[in-house]
Amino acid sequence: MIHQAPILTIATLLLTAFWVPIIGMFKKESAYYIALAAIFIAFAAACGTLYSVLLHGPIHYHMGGWPPPWGIEFVIDYLNAGVLVLIALISFLTTISAKKSVEQEINRDKWPAFWSLYLLLIMSLMGMTETGDMFNMYVYLEVSSLTAYGLIAMGEDGALIASFNYVILGSVGASFYLLGVGYLYIVTGSLNMADLYRLMPGLYHSKVVFTAFAFFMVGIGIKMGLFPLHVWLPDAYTRAPSAISALIAPTMTKVSAYVLFRIILSVFHIQFSTMIIPAAKLLMWIAAVGIIYGSIMAIAQKDIKRMLAYSSISQIGYIVLGLALANRMGLIGGALHIFSHAFAKGCLFMVAMAIVYKTGIRNIDEFKDLNKKMPFTMAAFCVAALSMVGVPPTAGFFSKWYLVLGTISGRHWLMTAVILASSLLNAIYFFRIIEKTYFSSFLGGGGHGHHKTPTVVMTEAPAMMVIPILLMAVGILAVGLFNFQIIHHLLQFIVPGGLA
Amino acid sequence: MTNRYENLIIEFFCRVIAPVVLLFGVYIVFHGEASPGGGFQGGVILGSGYIMLAIAYGIDFTLKRIRERIILFLSGFGVFIYGGIGAACLLWHGNFLDYGKLPLPLAHTNAIRGLGIMGIEIGVGLTVMGVMVSIYYDLIVAGGNQKENKGEVCDGILSR
Repeated sequence: MIHQAPILTIATLLLTAFWVPIIGMFKKESAYYIALAAIFIAFAAACGTLYSVLLHGPIHYHMGGWPPPWGIEFVIDYLNAGVLVLIALISFLTTISAKKSVEQEINRDKWPAFWSLYLLLIMSLMGMTETGDMFNMYVYLEVSSLTAYGLIAMGEDGALIASFNYVILGSVGASFYLLGVGYLYIVTGSLNMADLYRLMPGLYHSKVVFTAFAFFMVGIGIKMGLFPLHVWLPDAYTRAPSAISALIAPTMTKVSAYVLFRIILSVFHIQFSTMIIPAAKLLMWIAAVGIIYGSIMAIAQKDIKRMLAYSSISQIGYIVLGLALANRMGLIGGALHIFSHAFAKGCLFMVAMAIVYKTGIRNIDEFKDLNKKMPFTMAAFCVAALSMVGVPPTAGFFSKWYLVLGTISGRHWLMTAVILASSLLNAIYFFRIIEKTYFSSFLGGGGHGHHKTPTVVMTEAPAMMVIPILLMAVGILAVGLFNFQIIHHLLQFIVPGGLA
Repeated sequence: MTNRYENLIIEFFCRVIAPVVLLFGVYIVFHGEASPGGGFQGGVILGSGYIMLAIAYGIDFTLKRIRERIILFLSGFGVFIYGGIGAACLLWHGNFLDYGKLPLPLAHTNAIRGLGIMGIEIGVGLTVMGVMVSIYYDLIVAGGNQKENKGEVCDGILSR
């Protein structure tokens, strides 16, 4: 049965997603448990897929037994097996911790619909990761957008506007992607990625291919929140229910970044973006501006979720920068940053969810003494913040290290400076929170006030919420400590032959 | 609808044409595997048949015949038929949606494939019809018909 594992990830979630609202009509509380069970099975199937890939090499799964150029196939190689497990693990942990927060923030009547859309969103993200077919990718992209619109709109006041902005931009992005697929289909007559990869070199000077490439870049750029196309992202992350921010921030933009890797590396050849058109150079500059812009805007925010959202824009810049460097270290650094940032941002948004659930505080200025109220949560926050800044044992250090090595070996000194400067800016906005939380009781009262400080009672979030947060923090450290194994077994295979 | 404009011609015409529309929808659904047509198109026709009745006779008339819960159930159940047939193929060592592997007592694999696709089309048709009608109900309810139905139309699955 292990060779059926790739489809079980999708089929389980798809079949369950539509039973959740039906069963939910009779018993609303059951919706959560069904969803959790389905996600656990999908997670187990994802682990099985990874295991099979590590043992036997890439899997080609043909839907309905039809062979590739005509049928739809799932291709799971080393990179997307890793991303698949990453998505499954993070959504599983998020789901465990999301229960209480969803019960608090979402109207009881909407629970079944909420969990149904939630399952569909995870299903589509896994589908985007696994598929080896351009049009199938579009379908999953559209499912993920539609479910995300619905889920974001269930948030607080202003969520409808945020969701509507995302609807407009997301639809433009999806249409551009579809146009790109159509253009490629006109000139090649194929939708299969491996087939396109084979057919592409003969068509490199066709204007249709240029146009298709531009459509892909803009379409995926909108979905991943790349700098000039990011305008939907801060509002959507801020206004969405906390549980949804914690789900889509680490997974959705990362999967879109993975799709960008796929398109540049295994639909077009990397030489197309480096030699034939200056796409890599353009992406590099866009990423650099995005990195600095996101960091500076994050410093200016008072709302923690909004700050994390701007930080996401900056971090997406790193991934694109690694891709645009188009050398061995850059590609590995960019791909590793998908992993390290997914864990770090997932952990941070889950911490934000726990804080909002327990205290209702979102303004960073009110974070005083939060370390005494929620010690475990804030400890996890510190680990994630250190990873975002890039302090050695954490995952963020290693991905940034490979990125810096990439910029050095490509002699892009300005990009080296951008990465280092952005790390400093990250340090400013994360240490600001750590300072407010841990040290303001020492600094705030001055010399005479400290004996009046009332003792703060520990009011930690429920264990069901804290344990996944701590596991995410452990995950950050694990990705950092085992970065060599991840690169050796999974990521080194993405580097195309002939790159230094 | 509170101030429904009663028009004998429209009502009579809809009453005559509705069975034909629904039959045509079923015809399109069942022709999906061999000719142009299929679940999407047939489902839209089936759904539009109900929407036509709702426009001509008012939403209450239609709700008595097919309630919101049934519609939601149909939308989910259609996908379940689709995924269920797909997943059933896994049990007989085929890939997902590999209908040829299903152990049906038919002489030729292609006949089994045809039946499998027909099952899938039925599922798609049910879902498309359910979602079409559900969207229409939601739009009508959002348009201010809630008092009329005394909350019978609970707000739809995705409306907010």
